[in-house]
Amino acid sequence: MYSRNLPYLLLLPATLFLCIFFLYPFVLVAWQAFVSDTGEFTSEYFMEMATHWKFNTALTNTFMLALAVVPFQIALALYMATLVNGMKRGRDLILYVWTIPLGISDLAAGIIWLAIFEQTGFLNSMLQGLGVIEQPVGFLGYQSKGTIFLAIVLAEIWRATAIVLVILVAGMGLIPKEYYEAAEVFGASRWKQFTRITLPMLKPSLQTAMILRVILAFEVFAVVVALGGTNLPILMGEIYTWQYDLRDSSVAAAYALVVLAISIAFTLLIMWGLRTPKGARV
Amino acid sequence: MMVKKSLMSLALAAGLTTLGAGAASADVLFWSTQGNTVEESQAMRDQVLAGFESGADFQPSDTGPWITRIEAELQAGSGKIGVLGSLHGSLISLGDGLADLSDVNTDGVNSTFLELGKLGTDQQKYIPWMQATYIMAANKKALEHLPEGADVMALSYDQLIEWAKNMADATGSPKFGFPAGPKGLKHRFFQGYLYPSYTNSMVSKFRSPEAEEAWNKFKELWSYTNPGSTNFSFMQEPLLTEEVWVAFDHTARLADAFNQRPDDFIGFPAPAGPTGRGFMPVVVGMAVPSSAPDMAQAKELIAYLSQPETQIATLKATNFFPVVDVELPDDMPAAVKLSGAAIAAMSGAADANPGLLPVGLGDLGGKFNAVYVDSFERIVLAGQDVRAVLDDQADTLRKLMEEAGAPCWAPDADSEGACPVE
Repeated sequence: MYSRNLPYLLLLPATLFLCIFFLYPFVLVAWQAFVSDTGEFTSEYFMEMATHWKFNTALTNTFMLALAVVPFQIALALYMATLVNGMKRGRDLILYVWTIPLGISDLAAGIIWLAIFEQTGFLNSMLQGLGVIEQPVGFLGYQSKGTIFLAIVLAEIWRATAIVLVILVAGMGLIPKEYYEAAEVFGASRWKQFTRITLPMLKPSLQTAMILRVILAFEVFAVVVALGGTNLPILMGEIYTWQYDLRDSSVAAAYALVVLAISIAFTLLIMWGLRTPKGARV
Repeated sequence: MMVKKSLMSLALAAGLTTLGAGAASADVLFWSTQGNTVEESQAMRDQVLAGFESGADFQPSDTGPWITRIEAELQAGSGKIGVLGSLHGSLISLGDGLADLSDVNTDGVNSTFLELGKLGTDQQKYIPWMQATYIMAANKKALEHLPEGADVMALSYDQLIEWAKNMADATGSPKFGFPAGPKGLKHRFFQGYLYPSYTNSMVSKFRSPEAEEAWNKFKELWSYTNPGSTNFSFMQEPLLTEEVWVAFDHTARLADAFNQRPDDFIGFPAPAGPTGRGFMPVVVGMAVPSSAPDMAQAKELIAYLSQPETQIATLKATNFFPVVDVELPDDMPAAVKLSGAAIAAMSGAADANPGLLPVGLGDLGGKFNAVYVDSFERIVLAGQDVRAVLDDQADTLRKLMEEAGAPCWAPDADSEGACPVE
């Protein structure tokens, strides 16, 4: 039954799928971004993108968001995963509850947080009810970019920490108990066990979780649109605007390639930074 | 979904057209892009055109097939279409193929729109049929804060600013609202209201000193504008929650507020600036193609549709407003009554200065709007230097106009070739 070709045959459907639904559109997008209407190679669209007054703001905002959200999420997920793993009872229940936000679309998540932060929202009515403020405050107005940013960071942490958590919990389950038993024998503290056993053994899971999160962070869109409208330009939002409002697919394609380049760069960086030496693999 | 739907309506329209042409050859074929839903076209036939004695055959269609057929008939030099009904922007592209309607009785028809109907020639190329537009709405609570001596039905921009300031001072929070949200129609305000009111232009004086003044005035107004405005897209919502008391928007986007609480709101005209009361009418016109089978009968239909009673029946059928002076009867929905009063006062004002929807830009319409939205975001929201932003955006605008090769439209003076940005 077993043939040497079998693995390749089994990989074929997935490969075909990727070629048709990823590589082919990618080539089309790249073509759109680099080739002008008359069929010549051009950097005109990239120039138009880079010289547009919103480009730098969008780029900076996207990086700042990723920088504010991802490290915090990783730390939080690590802590939550440790808690879950140390539980004797109710572990599954807690895990289910914590992963509820995963089942909610990002736009819905954005709208939930909008209902909290907007001028007629829950936060305002609560503060007013407590007598802290007299008039509703416009938290998400154009002057309070800081608050908008904070609201987006909160919404993103609430929404997407669970995906990191799930990966880390699974990863922790794979670490052999013997290491901890040995550490106990030598009297290692909890913290020492965490830094010397859990973290190093968790590297492959951390790598996966970080790559996934970082890529998603650079693709953040719906939450920002819901909470910030056009007040906080980000790369994905600009792609949408150029494609649908300005009807210029070429510049939109140029933006898309920038997002792709950033994602690839960070994936490589994380893979290199969290690589496990060959001899140390389990 | 969308494709399927429009394909279906296309097929349906084609089918109906053949049917209509076969059944009643003596009727005037009224070929329209408006009244295009089943309910509206049925109402047009039963309530509007039934009273036309010579008989009319109302055939609405989507703009694409509408243009294709009339162009084919014009090219052939003969055809079945008697009367055309469409937006100003679509009629303008047929210019040379339209017959002169100067001898049609136009008593009581709005003179500003009649002028637009000449399409820059000395002939009456189309007769205005109906209209929609953008107006202002106010909660009645706001009226007591009006500046002294100000008439709400004839405000100036300075008075509006003072009013907004008074409300902010009296209530502790800005009560003027502006649809600056992502889906808000803010660009129409700058194109059709602010620019015509200060520069008597929409395009060519984009970076003029007058435009600079206009933006500075708007900045002043903005300082008394509810900061939540950048999240408002349909002003009826914040008007109903009373987050704002006074707002600018499209009549259709104020209708809910007017209909739900008709006693609490009024509609009123947009303010006036140094070069008049700029406003952007959405004008629908009636024209007769030079290929019409019976010119006299076609003109008769147009005269019939311009009568006050027919105009009111049309309003009920299509929700578009009359272009003639009429007293609206009492059985109208509140939104029609409230916005109708505002529209009549605005288009009939002595200083009325209509600016039309952009014409001839095709696919570049989005980028044209973005020039105004970007200027707003940079000048007003980001606080950048007005002069520098206008110079920069003017380059973008000039490139756009040249790429589209679009000649100027009202209120800009006609141009040879692409509309220049001075």
